[in-house]
Amino acid sequence: MRYTRPVLVALIALMPLVCMPAVVAAVEDKTVINVGSKSFTESVVLGEIIRQLAQAEGLQSPHQAQLGGTRVLWNALLAGEIDVYAEYTGTLMQETLVAEKLTGLDDLEQALRARDLRMTAPLGFNNTYALGVKDDLAQQRDLHAISDLRQHPDLKLGFSSEFMDRADGWPGLQRRYQLPQQDVRGLDHDLAYRGVASGSLHVIDLYATDAEIEYYGLNVLQDDLNYFPAYHAIIVYRAELESRAPQVVRALQQLGGKIDAANMINMNAKVKLQGDSEAKVAREFLAATFNIDTAIQSESVWQRFFRHSREHLLLVLISLSAAIVVSVPLGIWAARQPRVGQLILGVVGIIQTIPSLALFVFMIPLLGIGGPPAVVALFLYSLLPIVRNTYAGLNDIPLHMRESAEALGLPSAERLRVIELPLATRSILAGIKTSAVINVGTAPLAALIGAGGYGQPILTGIRLDDTGLILQGAIPAAVLALAVQGLFEGLERYLLPRGLVGNAI
Amino acid sequence: MLELTQIAKQFNGSVALHALDLNFAHNTTTVLIGPSGCGKSTLLRMIAGLVQPDSGSIRFEGEPLTRDNINDLRHRMGYVIQEGGLFPHLTVQGNVTLMARYLKWPVARIDARLQELAQLVRLTPDMFTRYPAELSGGQRQRVSLMRALMLDPDVLLLDEPLGALDPMIRYELQQELRDIFKQIDKTVVMVTHDIAEAAFFADKLADSIVLLREGRVVQQGSLRDLVQSPAEPFVGQFMTAQREPLEHLQKVLR
Repeated sequence: MRYTRPVLVALIALMPLVCMPAVVAAVEDKTVINVGSKSFTESVVLGEIIRQLAQAEGLQSPHQAQLGGTRVLWNALLAGEIDVYAEYTGTLMQETLVAEKLTGLDDLEQALRARDLRMTAPLGFNNTYALGVKDDLAQQRDLHAISDLRQHPDLKLGFSSEFMDRADGWPGLQRRYQLPQQDVRGLDHDLAYRGVASGSLHVIDLYATDAEIEYYGLNVLQDDLNYFPAYHAIIVYRAELESRAPQVVRALQQLGGKIDAANMINMNAKVKLQGDSEAKVAREFLAATFNIDTAIQSESVWQRFFRHSREHLLLVLISLSAAIVVSVPLGIWAARQPRVGQLILGVVGIIQTIPSLALFVFMIPLLGIGGPPAVVALFLYSLLPIVRNTYAGLNDIPLHMRESAEALGLPSAERLRVIELPLATRSILAGIKTSAVINVGTAPLAALIGAGGYGQPILTGIRLDDTGLILQGAIPAAVLALAVQGLFEGLERYLLPRGLVGNAI
Repeated sequence: MLELTQIAKQFNGSVALHALDLNFAHNTTTVLIGPSGCGKSTLLRMIAGLVQPDSGSIRFEGEPLTRDNINDLRHRMGYVIQEGGLFPHLTVQGNVTLMARYLKWPVARIDARLQELAQLVRLTPDMFTRYPAELSGGQRQRVSLMRALMLDPDVLLLDEPLGALDPMIRYELQQELRDIFKQIDKTVVMVTHDIAEAAFFADKLADSIVLLREGRVVQQGSLRDLVQSPAEPFVGQFMTAQREPLEHLQKVLR
């Protein structure tokens, strides 16, 4: 009876690993076009338009909505993780491909061709960057152009995280205009609007087609030194689509010049201010512009909840059980060989110090986007507590106890199995509990790289300023963390030998 | 039975045992005694193969202890330590029968041996399902002795087996333990720091007491030898130090 327990634990731990291939499959399919979008509303709306166009041509076109920033989308496109997304000329020319010093659309097209990428004609609007201040502040300080900011070093600046670091963002802007402000912080673009509305920020970056400019009564400061380039929206896609799905490429090309600025602002406003879904807005646009009627399968709240739950549970189960299967032997190895042990503990310790968000993004070049890189990142993140607790649990067994086992004449492997591991059970399980909570708590970030889960509604909720949506992700994630904790408490009660309950060794 | 030749041991540069020779004859009881740090426990742990000597050899019935044969030889040695060293996650039965189960003894044989040993140490079978934490100190030592005797070893190594018990229980168990040793014919090597206990166990003619000090054998012999012809002044001092409080007590009571 007693010896069946470790076997049982191993089986439970291995089960999700067996399911893994099923998750990884279903990626490569010729008739599928993977659409991506960045994590702001306009990009998601354009992504929806692309998706529905492809769908109208009879293709399956999963939309990996709000995957992250430019880097993530660009790399995913190059790697073939996605086939198509909406981009801006300025972003490509001034940031992504800045080293190539491109000067016009023809240059850009050449540069894309060299990477087996293609672009459509500009869609018809220029979503340039701009700086905005609230109306009353603009009047009070007499602000009309960006140059005027030079006289007001006390103003607080808040820029979207991407703008903070981009070659065509804040660093260049500050140099061009010689701006003196010290209080400059990076934050999520959607949150910046709320910051400026509440007065905690004075100047923020805007996208010219943001619906919030009008909604929050913001003054757009004139770019009097002509710093910002044009950011014409285009659609970039992989060249192979031309042979794989020529009808879709034709449909995408037709979008050229069909969306003007007013139109785009209007669509953004419908999503952000009226609460329409991106799918609905895209459908209305396609119906009005091309007379295409796409049936959008709308997911009910429960369907969505179950999908997110399934994705989240799968992420957690696979990564955590893999971590258990790997960490316990690593911890044993570390305890048995002190020198190797220091190395093992050092390496897993260093992994733990990598910020979780960075770890997710590091995985993209290696494993692309979606489930697998997220699972690997979560797996790496779950190692340290289990390794360290296994190591400590074995090392903390009193010498006289270890010697008693040795003096009986039990071989080393047998001592480990019947004496040392059972005595370290409590410590090992405590490590697993810690890992599980870290894992469940970190898993929502996986939505940033397209792995779905409870992070998805949280991200969307932040973007749309929809607290209800945020809670749809946050509450189940918290409940899951508690449930996992409870599960392991129960497992501990079952696994911990009666002789160890309530007693120190 | 056991033959220690020129074995020496240092721990971190300080000498625990100077090269010493000792023989433990078949079916005798030898008590290792001496002040703390004299090397008596190290000696015992060396015989059990828990500590490797820096030099010298240990022979078990003429066969030198090596890394390869140590586990087989350990099956022929029982080892009992001060707190019993029982595994807290196993029941009494689990602790006692651990090795026999590993060696794939038939269940009937294991059960028979378990009953036999329980009778020997006067433990009732209803104790078998208890965990060490649910036992008294004296019961724990009885179980520990059962575990040591399970495979019917030739040698019994006891490291202060009664050291952690309160005086009443200790006295009671001393008597029982000596009776047990008389029944089972084993080569017993016992470590204690109590001269009365040493004399009590080493009471046969062939038995002896080995007094150690700072890693050297000071004297080996019977209690009478140690009292009547001490090899050096330290022997007398050691005996007096243990006797004095009692004599003082007797004076007061008189």
